[in-house]
Amino acid sequence: MITYGSIYILIGLLFLVFSVLSARDATNSRRWTTALFWILFATSFLAGDYLTDLGNGVLVLAMALVAGFGGLGKGSVVSTSAEERRASSLKWGNLLFVLALIIPAVTLAGTFALKSIIMGDVPIADPKQATLISLAIGAVIACVVATLLLRQPLSSPFQEGRRLVDTIGWAALLPQMLASLGAVFAAAGVGKVVGDLATQYVPADNLLLAVAVYCAGMALFTMVMGNAFAAFPVLASGIGIPLLIQHFGGNPAAVASIGMLAGFCGTLMTPLAANFNIVPAALLDLQDRNLVIRMQIPTALIMLLVNTTLMYVLAFN
Amino acid sequence: MLTLLGVAVVVIGFALRLNALLVVVTAALVTGLLAGLSLVEVLSAFGKAFNENRFVSAAWLVLPAIGVLERAGLQERARHIIGQFRLLTTGRLLLIYMLFRQLTAATGLVSIAGHAQTVKPLIAPMAEAAAERDHADLKPGERDRIKAMAAATDNIALFFGEDVFLAIGSILLMVGTLKASGIELAPFDLSMWAIPTAVAAFAVHGARLLLFDRGIKQSSGRKDAVP
Repeated sequence: MITYGSIYILIGLLFLVFSVLSARDATNSRRWTTALFWILFATSFLAGDYLTDLGNGVLVLAMALVAGFGGLGKGSVVSTSAEERRASSLKWGNLLFVLALIIPAVTLAGTFALKSIIMGDVPIADPKQATLISLAIGAVIACVVATLLLRQPLSSPFQEGRRLVDTIGWAALLPQMLASLGAVFAAAGVGKVVGDLATQYVPADNLLLAVAVYCAGMALFTMVMGNAFAAFPVLASGIGIPLLIQHFGGNPAAVASIGMLAGFCGTLMTPLAANFNIVPAALLDLQDRNLVIRMQIPTALIMLLVNTTLMYVLAFN
Repeated sequence: MLTLLGVAVVVIGFALRLNALLVVVTAALVTGLLAGLSLVEVLSAFGKAFNENRFVSAAWLVLPAIGVLERAGLQERARHIIGQFRLLTTGRLLLIYMLFRQLTAATGLVSIAGHAQTVKPLIAPMAEAAAERDHADLKPGERDRIKAMAAATDNIALFFGEDVFLAIGSILLMVGTLKASGIELAPFDLSMWAIPTAVAAFAVHGARLLLFDRGIKQSSGRKDAVP
């Protein structure tokens, strides 16, 4: 059965190559620490399951220290020039688009297919992990087909991949780091403290205020924890269920569902939701790493107001 | 209350734009130590969670494919195509993408698009190219704003589309949380209540996208206005 384990090996090997290429790139003024950082990242993927929890913790700490004190430099990849790219785009035309669509197409087809193909008694891929596994398969197929059909040098997937990962830099680590911070917050009981605080200040006699505190609380707490999944159980059991559903008699499905969506407004406004907000800024090479959040804030605030209104109007009649 | 100091570290650290990795590690250490864990326990908890969350990084696997396609001129092709559809302004293009992303997410097709899959290779260059075509002297800051808006549109469409689907993680979490309090709900009840917000999000962000075109126009010259 294909599981995340096989994807981790693939990622580990890819970053191992990035590390070697970085070490060999004399134009990168920090090539040794850059190589060290990616080799540590690769180690996590290749050997993380064989290390103790403490071992993994030390590994992460080492990566954070290398990157946090400016250890990552940018190498230079001999890519094509703007002129060459224009010529190449004229030559290949829409084939380029078709190849770019391989990744989403394989992800889509694979998500359905992997669940239904059964060998012996077990499906060939873990159904819960089918989407990411399909994404990985799609990425590999697109890469191989594009390199061969477009007659690109065989080293180009690795060199171009390194070019992109150099622009992303330490932000590549951030989504996992923040997920881990959430786990430490949970272990230390941060959720309970914030939940108690919010519950203390909710007025039990004013429905509109109670709805507003619940929705704003979902958004705020989501901003602090980095995702709405951590906020929902706390605020639902603190305010949503006892006050809005049981005391004011609100429709449980509407209180829960719209409350979660109020939380999503918070996700749009926090750098802690790194894979949505910081990673794209890194991928798109934006000067201001918070620019995606800044573009989202107006919509997020209006939608928070909309969700509060919708819940007040729809959930209590 | 002391447990919240870790949260304060994050807020202050990010506000001062200190290196995010160091901020996160510091916040984890502060939170854990104040909660009475030992240094070894905090590091272990952090390491364990880091290892369990490795799947978050699977998106980086698309980098080689995207890189090869960029090398062969994918972004230039995106520019060429957008040049042929003059009615597709930056805002309208993103509006169509938003509709596509919301509808597919609402039917459970969450990962057919995304920052690595579609925004970086296709949508952002097309949005930028449309602005380039329509406006003279586009400033670098304005280019960044357009690319950021493409990413923002993807997020907003995804967040306010996916909960309409029955089997998404957040719906299952809600079913579980309510069940723990003795309230039995079917996923369908919850997903139905995500529809009003989804429609509102399309209206709100869609209007912003159409206004976004005017914003670009004001900050840069209009091409056909040049004598």
